Amino acid sequence: MSKRKAVYASKMKRAVHLLFYHRHKKPGVKGWELRKALGSDYPKVLKILDDYLKTLDLQVKTVFEQEKNIEKPSLEELDRARFYVALRGELTPKEEKMIGWRIDDLAGLAITIAYIISKKGKAQRKEVEELLKDKLPGWKVGLNIDRYIRYGYLAQDENEQLFLDWRTRAEVDQKALIEAILSK
Amino acid sequence: MQPKKEQIKVGREKLQRIIETCRSIEERSLDPFLIDINDVVNTIKEYFPQWEIPEDLCLDAETLHRLASVIKLQSEWVKHRSSSLYTDPFLLEEKLTRMEKEEIIESFLMAWHPVVGLEQISLHSLLEALRYWESLLPIKERWKQFLPAEVGTGIATREELVMEKILRDKAFSEELENFWLELKKKTEEKGADGKILYWDFIGAETYEETVQRAFMTSFLITYGYATLEIYPLEEETFVKPLEKPTTKLGKKQLVSIPIAVTANEWKKWKNGVL
Repeated sequence: MSKRKAVYASKMKRAVHLLFYHRHKKPGVKGWELRKALGSDYPKVLKILDDYLKTLDLQVKTVFEQEKNIEKPSLEELDRARFYVALRGELTPKEEKMIGWRIDDLAGLAITIAYIISKKGKAQRKEVEELLKDKLPGWKVGLNIDRYIRYGYLAQDENEQLFLDWRTRAEVDQKALIEAILSK
Repeated sequence: MQPKKEQIKVGREKLQRIIETCRSIEERSLDPFLIDINDVVNTIKEYFPQWEIPEDLCLDAETLHRLASVIKLQSEWVKHRSSSLYTDPFLLEEKLTRMEKEEIIESFLMAWHPVVGLEQISLHSLLEALRYWESLLPIKERWKQFLPAEVGTGIATREELVMEKILRDKAFSEELENFWLELKKKTEEKGADGKILYWDFIGAETYEETVQRAFMTSFLITYGYATLEIYPLEEETFVKPLEKPTTKLGKKQLVSIPIAVTANEWKKWKNGVL
């Protein structure tokens, strides 16, 4: 193995440790942390790692500070972004049970996210609760919304408005979700 | 034709209503097109010539500001509608209520790529933890008991209590009366029309003394030895000593007026700027 290859192999291992293991309350690593640990060529290391993870149906996902994706991010934007390892493909309905979600709770999350997207990214908590009460017991609705907030899928402001939070931006392909729902 | 006073009152009410509607649209994410912008602009235009006092002009500015926020929301709404992500919320709501749970899950799983994370203890971290444990002192040694030092009791003299600032060398009421007399004297010397500029009265050689005088002045006013006259447009505040202390000034309701006595203000006063 050439010296250059060995350097990148070692950096890739270090990146795997940083990305897979929780270092903070939130999963993932900030760009500046990766730069500190891997050097300024960390975007290249992540690219190599992403190619490698393809075969395992995983991907390195970048979530920028702003809500929208950036086509050609600057180094500063990358430094402020958060990087995760996420599933590249899709889970099957059977597999969803393995990650600890009850079908009711996951369906509630899906409805909440879709509804908030359709309302331009924010909706009154009461409206969402009404929508969920249609199919979930009333006592569970509030608990579930609080849980989605706790997990980082949603955020709530002082006016009881719900927003999509970092986790939805990291995990959910919003366009694909709406298209899938409308095509049913 | 309505009398001018009546027109101003109606105008104020209308602007207040517009502000409230704009605020609810912003805060409750209501449809920003609920507001007829032209109509609102016409109302603002209609009443603008009536405004004379600064409060009314501020109300006018606030209305315009709120209206601008709603126009911004309208622009965002149009942008969102023209984006590929736009879906009619009613259509989607309808669809969501009709779909079976399984169908919703199926759709969600097509768009969900959960983050992967591991939590695992390693041999290395266990050994590190053991090393730390070995070097950790027993809790008894780390948290030694600190016995409070014994303090003997004794008799303090009045002078000592004054030095410790527990007692004052003069009774407060006596001090206040003297301060009132000083205010009267200074007003005669430096004031005009039986009143003196607030800063000319409280201002002293040092900042600490100035704060002390401002503190005492606040008591003079609260206990009815003096009153404040404030001219907001001229930005002038006067202290007016009263001939006799009164507990209530006629039937007027007493209000608290905060006056900042900062070091900067004091410096300005010293340099004759204030």
